[in-house]
Amino acid sequence: MSEMLAPFRAYAPGTQPDNDSPQYRSTGLRHPTRPLLKIPQTITELTGPQFSPSRFPPTDNIAMNGTHEAVGERIIVEGFVRDEDGRPVANTMVEIWQANAAGRYNHPRDTHDAPLDPDFKGSGRVFTDPDGAYRFITIKPGAYPWGNHANAWRPNHIHFSLFGAGYATRLITQMYFPGDPLLDLDPIFLATADTQARNRLIAKFDLDVGKQDYALGYRFDMYLRGRHATPMEDNHADHH
Amino acid sequence: MQTTTSQTIGPYWHLIEDKSWSDLTRFGATGEVITIEGTITDGANAKITDACVEIWQTSPTASDEFPGFGRAATNEAGIFSFKTIMPGPVRGPGNTLQAPHLAVTILARGLMFHLATRLYFENEPANENDPVLSLIEDKARRNSLIARQTKTGVWHLDIHLQGDAETVFFEI
Repeated sequence: MSEMLAPFRAYAPGTQPDNDSPQYRSTGLRHPTRPLLKIPQTITELTGPQFSPSRFPPTDNIAMNGTHEAVGERIIVEGFVRDEDGRPVANTMVEIWQANAAGRYNHPRDTHDAPLDPDFKGSGRVFTDPDGAYRFITIKPGAYPWGNHANAWRPNHIHFSLFGAGYATRLITQMYFPGDPLLDLDPIFLATADTQARNRLIAKFDLDVGKQDYALGYRFDMYLRGRHATPMEDNHADHH
Repeated sequence: MQTTTSQTIGPYWHLIEDKSWSDLTRFGATGEVITIEGTITDGANAKITDACVEIWQTSPTASDEFPGFGRAATNEAGIFSFKTIMPGPVRGPGNTLQAPHLAVTILARGLMFHLATRLYFENEPANENDPVLSLIEDKARRNSLIARQTKTGVWHLDIHLQGDAETVFFEI
């Protein structure tokens, strides 16, 4: 081994949702029924893809289409990406996608009859800076109905995709908005047992993140898995 | 702080799809070019047509020419496909060597947390002593990770989220 990388720590119990979440009906035929096999973290899991802004150009203002403004309430979202020990996750790609202000995705499979906005594509990517900070400008997404149960509506949300340092730090999540009455009714939000963990998916309203006469702001910090303190020569392959 | 809670990628993740990402040779990588393809099936034996499949390989080493990472959607027939470079063996825990493999991540509507597995290659002698494959006690289930060559350079692996043929998924 020319390089020693410390393994990533296990997730805190209860802070991640169970794939067997019956209230969210689509999980029924898709969750594995056999226990997951615990494997050692090898070079495959300890390293991961790295993306550069030169090859994957950032699009930090998705509230604009050329010179056209998208319809809806313009917002600024910013926050930090850090590991569990508070270390910045620098220069990592953050992908986002969402519905438009009317609650409609610019997607052929979205059949909700709310209007599409030709000036809102609904996706973008930004990179964290050396302090792990990211920021983008978008439109506040609308709520929309879905077929999970009678009169089911998804709360307003923005999807996030992050990679971090290794294959084992992959994170797909959703950012929600404070005060949304749909959160307590949403089986996706409620699928995580730990109340505090799921409440951390709710962004904080912050006037200072916004900009006077331009946009309101929300702060949403995300945390990726931290590493054990020391590299382990054998990655504990046979200690499980 | 604790790691942020995962949420499903949902059915509309294609808004971030760039179809060119399924070709890991697009930046000029050279080597043994192979196609990786397969299907994803649910517990009712229906093909999953809205999944996001990601692959990551540490051999060849990622470079400006080779990203090591790919992303593909399953199509209306539930099929995913990648073009990449055949990996070689990589170091494993202790003094072991890992057989050539790709890490595979499945993300989809109905999955609150992404699923992790691997793809190995049939008739590769190093599979026998691979430190991860060897952890699968039921030898028949090891086959759920082993792609078969259906024609020259084309490797096929069907992934089953549930059922008798359920793929072995990992906790990492």
